[in-house]
Amino acid sequence: MSLSLKTPSAATLSAIKAIVFVLCLLPAANLALGWRADALGANPIETITRASGEWTLRLLLITLAVTPLRRLTGLHWLLRLRRMLGLFAFAYAAAHFAIYLWLDQFFDWRAIALDILDRPFITVGFAAFVLLIPLAATSNSLAIRRLGGRRWQSLHRSVYGIAILAVVHFWWLVKADVLEPAIYALILAGLLGVRAWWRELERRRQLSVPPPAKHLQRPVIRIVPK
Amino acid sequence: MLIHRPADVLPSEITPRSLFERRREFLARSGAGLIAGAALWHGLPADARAAAKLQTTPSPLSTTEPLTEHKAVTTYNNFYEFGTDKSDPARNAGRMAVRPWTVAVEGLVGKPRRFDIDNLLKLAPLEERIYRMRCVEGWSMVIPWVGFPLAALLKEVEPLGSAKYVEFLTHYDPEIMMRRPVLDWPYGEGLRLDEALHPLTILAVGLYGEVLPNQNGAPVRLVVPWKYGFKSAKSIVTIRLTEQQPATAWNKAAPQEYGFYSNVNPEVSHPRWSQATERRIGELRKRPTLMFNGYAEQVAGLYQGMDLKKFY
Repeated sequence: MSLSLKTPSAATLSAIKAIVFVLCLLPAANLALGWRADALGANPIETITRASGEWTLRLLLITLAVTPLRRLTGLHWLLRLRRMLGLFAFAYAAAHFAIYLWLDQFFDWRAIALDILDRPFITVGFAAFVLLIPLAATSNSLAIRRLGGRRWQSLHRSVYGIAILAVVHFWWLVKADVLEPAIYALILAGLLGVRAWWRELERRRQLSVPPPAKHLQRPVIRIVPK
Repeated sequence: MLIHRPADVLPSEITPRSLFERRREFLARSGAGLIAGAALWHGLPADARAAAKLQTTPSPLSTTEPLTEHKAVTTYNNFYEFGTDKSDPARNAGRMAVRPWTVAVEGLVGKPRRFDIDNLLKLAPLEERIYRMRCVEGWSMVIPWVGFPLAALLKEVEPLGSAKYVEFLTHYDPEIMMRRPVLDWPYGEGLRLDEALHPLTILAVGLYGEVLPNQNGAPVRLVVPWKYGFKSAKSIVTIRLTEQQPATAWNKAAPQEYGFYSNVNPEVSHPRWSQATERRIGELRKRPTLMFNGYAEQVAGLYQGMDLKKFY
């Protein structure tokens, strides 16, 4: 097993993946055990609703941190963890939604429809969840091949907007103390801001570099319109 | 000349350096000890906690519904001065000293007075009032309060004819409470005078037959069972009778969400929660919310002719 952090061997990478997988399961296991032991406080349904929502948000932000981290550290294998992290974010979102439908509303469809229509924080939360579904459904190699890299990538860029909706969902839920949602908003702003900044740098670079001679041109993904 | 001046501190009194350097650990441990002690305390059968027992008489105004567990009532609290998570007050409210404590009753009254808390406790016979408590967030409890009608206190100070409202102010000490202006401290609440004089409105000084725990608003709090919980101000230091409707903390924070009246009303939705149903703490499924929290028979008359959608 290679111990090089820069270019881990296949075996090391598998081990890292297994560890991340288990780490992502820990919050869920913790809640499940807490539920069984009746150790989730006076309002356990509120506790698991809240916790599953927060872990969705955290995992979304961690997923969004992969690209900047990879670029800053040069650890390109981090990209290999992104799909799993994104799918875990979706799994926690699905659990959050299921808890709401089942334990909170007990499938009272009328009340659920009214909630989605009348309560802005539920409207945006619901929208964020629905928009995550196509991303989760195309988080596999087959979908990437079918869609083609370019189209797959533009579809998956919608995660930026989804993360914003998720933070707004939390912000609007809070009654008065917005400190916690503000922290998430700040982190998200950093993660999106660094992308915007790098994109701007790339745009400037492309504008300043004279186009190569015709015979040297390779297909490049241009972000500056021709 | 050398003046021999005795050292200010005896060598025997100096904390050994090794211990001094572990002072945080000591604090953390004693904190953990306190929590363990509290856990033990709550684990004891009710009669073993007799130290703080209060003498009470039952009240015909009590509900016969099953009580919410003592542990839930004392660990699931909204008392933002001690933190916005519902488990924060039980952890932090112990910092508040509830003796000495005075309650000033002032404003439009014939006999303004400052009540020492121990005199306040003797103002009227203590009753057990088992009330439903409905939080604006959509959960509810059944709590055996100990207290006496607010009317008994108001009678003592002789409200003037011009008094129309009663304002309540909560103790605020930035040294031990939240400093961030999450709400406009000190927490203020208010009632119309006829609401304040209603026999259901009480000043509570205890629950479950014992002195009120700090996180529940010790040493004295308001309980108005037909209104959302936030109307029932905790740890009261000032009661002021006014002619103008007093500003209230949540109304100032979000006027479109929290009105002055804030009567429990399943037909008037809060922008963020349907108020049609509620979850009784300890139960899994929601139950329908009752008009005026089930006290319509006693209080509906107070609001005759008022549009409760407008005066929410």
